[in-house]
Amino acid sequence: MIEFLRALGSQTFLQYAFAAGILASLGCGVMGTFVVVRRIAFLAGGIAHAVLGGMGLALYLGYSPLGGALVAAVAAALIIGIVSLRAREHEDTLIGAIWAVGMALGVVFISQTPGYNSELMSYLFGNILMVTSGDLLLMAVLDLFLIIIVGLFFRQLQAVTFDEEFSRLRGLPADLLYLSLLVLAALTVVLLIRVVGLILVIALLTLPAAVAGQWTGSLGRMMGLASILGAIFTTGGLALSYGPDLPAGATIILLAGSVFIVSTIFKSRRIRGRQS
Amino acid sequence: MKPLEIADLNFSYGGPPVLEKVSLEVGEGEFLGVVGPNGGGKSTLLKLVLGLLSPDSGSLKVFGENPKKSRRRIGYVPQFSEFRRDFPIAVRDVVLMGRLSGRMRPGPYSAADRRAAVTAMKGSRVLDLKDRRLAELSGGQLQRVLIARALATNPNMLLLDEPTASIDTSIEESIFELLRDLNKRMTIMLVSHDVGFISRYVTRVACLNRGLVCHSTSELSAKGLEDIYGSPVQLIDHHSHLPTEAPE
Repeated sequence: MIEFLRALGSQTFLQYAFAAGILASLGCGVMGTFVVVRRIAFLAGGIAHAVLGGMGLALYLGYSPLGGALVAAVAAALIIGIVSLRAREHEDTLIGAIWAVGMALGVVFISQTPGYNSELMSYLFGNILMVTSGDLLLMAVLDLFLIIIVGLFFRQLQAVTFDEEFSRLRGLPADLLYLSLLVLAALTVVLLIRVVGLILVIALLTLPAAVAGQWTGSLGRMMGLASILGAIFTTGGLALSYGPDLPAGATIILLAGSVFIVSTIFKSRRIRGRQS
Repeated sequence: MKPLEIADLNFSYGGPPVLEKVSLEVGEGEFLGVVGPNGGGKSTLLKLVLGLLSPDSGSLKVFGENPKKSRRRIGYVPQFSEFRRDFPIAVRDVVLMGRLSGRMRPGPYSAADRRAAVTAMKGSRVLDLKDRRLAELSGGQLQRVLIARALATNPNMLLLDEPTASIDTSIEESIFELLRDLNKRMTIMLVSHDVGFISRYVTRVACLNRGLVCHSTSELSAKGLEDIYGSPVQLIDHHSHLPTEAPE
């Protein structure tokens, strides 16, 4: 741990990694909360995996893969969102299909791009130690955008998440708000890809928020606590992985998963204690 | 202008008819209870009144207009037993949702909205619960909170879906006392599968099982209920309990 702190003081790549973890935790705290309370983790997972298609295509055409991810994430969110609004009964099948087809496209494009195959692993599982200053800037802009939109329309987003039918009856554009929520979640996915990779994104999006939800009584506080937890998980995972040279993304998720399990056990004990 | 006018309404979900030749009028200040067996079309009727569904034929007017237009004058109280209680939210914030509108005004609730929410919470006697989390409420309390949210919309008519399903009889009674109070200010229409209680409080009962037969409370007879429920129903003293158990 001391070794990690000393390195953090002197190594730029670690400072970047640390900053990336903090920036990622803001997005995952705010949007993860919506994903958890609206119970759309599966949708978010579909969006995250489909993003590989966009990244692969961007690489193949010689553009920035994160730019491709951004476009693909928004497109996947809109497709999945419209599908889930129009075809409720087939929703899970269609999301599963988009999930898998997106990934398959990505793998094919990446395989056809000379010299880039090694990057596949870093998209899938993240490589927080490779974060560049450009990535950090993109992450900061995404965070700012998310927080401004959610801040401005918090009441409306809360209402459709809580009771869609009632919101619709009050005249709120419920479908539009739902699609916006998915697009914002998609942007968060892109935010998190550098840190934990697109396979593990869904864990970082849901676990801090799920833990926070067990201990807070309002959406706002849940977002705050989830962001703090996210920062602890990313920083802690980074520190834990540094000494033994473990993959940082996976370590972050294992830390988050452990805390979730412990929190769930404590919570259920407390409820049982209150009942008896 | 009558709060609700339905004439010769037919509706189906693409299969067999759910509602057939339904005609119903609800006058200003009325307290109408719609009863009927499960699957008799009560929820469908509510969705039509709210403009969430459109009739196949016939006409349906809410305050003289298309329900899509005028539904904002209805305070809707959904079935609380189907409500998610694990959502992290305080009572006050649930009631404030009644103040939202389609204008999508950004930023926090206004002071006027907050005052209206307090008035609404007073109206359904939940002001002392305002800081409680939804998860901490009993069934009866949640029902009152949902009524407060509907009141916060400043409705001309209150529409309730099974307001007393799965709550204790004594609490059921207090909910109906509350509704009777509110009825002094606004029209109320509720649906229930439970015929027993409501006839003591409502001004009129409509029995719905695909078709519609209307009664004023005093006319409610064993014969009429038999027609609706399709099997003999026991009818006890009007002023305590009506038929004991309605067959499902």
